[in-house]
Amino acid sequence: MHLMGIVIRSLRQHALSTAVTAASVALAGGLLLTVWVVKTQSQATFTGVNEGFDAVLGARGSKLQLVLNAIFHLETSPGNLSWDDFRQIQSNPSVELAVPLAVGDNYRGYRLVGTTPDFFDRTEYAPGRHFSLQPGGGWFDPGRREAVVGAFVARKMNLKVGDTFHPFHGLIFDEKNQHAETYVVVGVMKPSSTPADRVIWIPLAGIQRMSGHDPNAATDVSAVLVKLKAGNAIAGFQMDLMYNKQGNRLTFAWPIGRVMAELFDKIGWFDRVLTLVSYLVGLVAAGSILASIYNSMNERRRELAILRALGARRTTVFAAIVLEAATISAVGSLAGFGFYLVLMAVVAGIIQAQTGVVLDPFAFNPVMLWSPAAFIVLGALTGIVPAVKAYRTDVASNLAPHS
Amino acid sequence: MTNDKSVLLRINGLRKSFVAPDGTRQTIVDLPQFSLEASEQLALAGESGSGKTTFLNLIAGILKPDAGTIELDGVAVSALSESQRDRFRATRIGYIFQTFNLLQGYTCLENVLLGMSFGAGVDRERAEALLKRVGLGDRLHHRPRQLSSGQQQRVAVARALANRPKLVLADEPTGNLDHKNSREALALIRNACREDGAALLFVSHDREVLGQFEKVQDFAKINRATAEVTACT
Repeated sequence: MHLMGIVIRSLRQHALSTAVTAASVALAGGLLLTVWVVKTQSQATFTGVNEGFDAVLGARGSKLQLVLNAIFHLETSPGNLSWDDFRQIQSNPSVELAVPLAVGDNYRGYRLVGTTPDFFDRTEYAPGRHFSLQPGGGWFDPGRREAVVGAFVARKMNLKVGDTFHPFHGLIFDEKNQHAETYVVVGVMKPSSTPADRVIWIPLAGIQRMSGHDPNAATDVSAVLVKLKAGNAIAGFQMDLMYNKQGNRLTFAWPIGRVMAELFDKIGWFDRVLTLVSYLVGLVAAGSILASIYNSMNERRRELAILRALGARRTTVFAAIVLEAATISAVGSLAGFGFYLVLMAVVAGIIQAQTGVVLDPFAFNPVMLWSPAAFIVLGALTGIVPAVKAYRTDVASNLAPHS
Repeated sequence: MTNDKSVLLRINGLRKSFVAPDGTRQTIVDLPQFSLEASEQLALAGESGSGKTTFLNLIAGILKPDAGTIELDGVAVSALSESQRDRFRATRIGYIFQTFNLLQGYTCLENVLLGMSFGAGVDRERAEALLKRVGLGDRLHHRPRQLSSGQQQRVAVARALANRPKLVLADEPTGNLDHKNSREALALIRNACREDGAALLFVSHDREVLGQFEKVQDFAKINRATAEVTACT
């Protein structure tokens, strides 16, 4: 019977405390994995999402607000810019593609974004990947009241080709603010795992000329998505200088990834707090292993003495206790992965609902290796304390009283 | 006198003392000479507190003597390191306890296999055969608490013989058994040792049990520390 056999029987014998202790490790491990994966994956995803554009041009204001509004469809627009501003940047020789966006309406909380067909026809939202439609649909006609629905919205609102709806004014749903216009759904997009999934796309003019909107701003746009020509490395710097330093009316948010990275830098303290909490939970779990095994040592003294009387060495019982603690950690870490999947499903669902960004719980992250390994090592280390007690167990006095 | 070649266990000038709670050192075992032949069956008689268990623990290498030598099967046990004594105990000595000392988390078969794992190595076939031999062929996968006291002691006997020991130490093995089970256990232990060619050192204070042995030694007469121990306990 190997050492592991002794350990397994001991764990079996103390099944309840083993289960409770392993569960505490599972909670800690699952929490640590979730915090870490959400942190790293969301950071990588949010700084990587740009819908295929390099920059956003908008009214004077915060670059972050501009990016959140135009790329992630969060936040309010910092203001409008004129059609001439759009034409000007569109005709800039360094610009490959400029796509105007207009916001200001919603359908039951989901944002309506007005744009031109260029957004669908000429955009690669990821290298080699274009927005596409589910079978049976088509893109909207810019001259008609037609809508293309993002995959997430279509699923949530059960919208399909042929359905009609009335938009509501503003970015926040208020039943009293319904517009009179009727839009018909002509296409449902395939999931792209980008913020575009949680938007209803309509022609630019639809937003600009919606009833109740300021007729004086009928040609304004909320933002312009800008793709610079490849190989023109200094174009971004030049435009940054032109709009942000020399001008004072507009803001040029470039590059999009850096703007988002600055956001993560700003909320870095929050990450650190969450990570610290996870570490603390891990330490508490390690403490529970220590307490669980240590408390059982009194009742196990005779058991250990019997093992010794049968010929087990001190080092054998020492190793058995350390291995037992490590095994509880290993079982807990394994269960922790299950807990992580449940927790991630919830967190990823919330993030997708709020931002359209999809996190993949199964995507490999180094934490999936080092976290269980660290818990096993930590468990083994905590096992040393009771193991020393086991090592010191006096055989003769624990087998039977002296006669 | 015993023939030197057939002597299995030879003890000379053995002394063991402990520090009492009041700080004084008390000698428990003081045995000038003792020997046991191979395959011999000897009963040691003595009242509780006479140092018999300490004596057996010294032979088994669980305790290290303060002075003297213990030579078993040609090996000076008292000169071995603790881990060497552990290994020696596992391979050459079978130990049967009054309180059976079976591991409750293990089945009967696992208890026997566990004994083997520290000694000659796991031999499942032999473990099953031993349990069948002690009449527990149909209880291989029962836990100790599912067995009667007599059956538990049978498992302990099978475990003690698992590694084909040269010497079986039995410390009041019938002390927790009723009259019928006591007689059966005694017969089982004696027969099993005989069949396996193991010597038996059987400790008891039960006159009826002692009466079954051809050779009985009064431990109080050979242990010079007995009077002192008795006075202290």
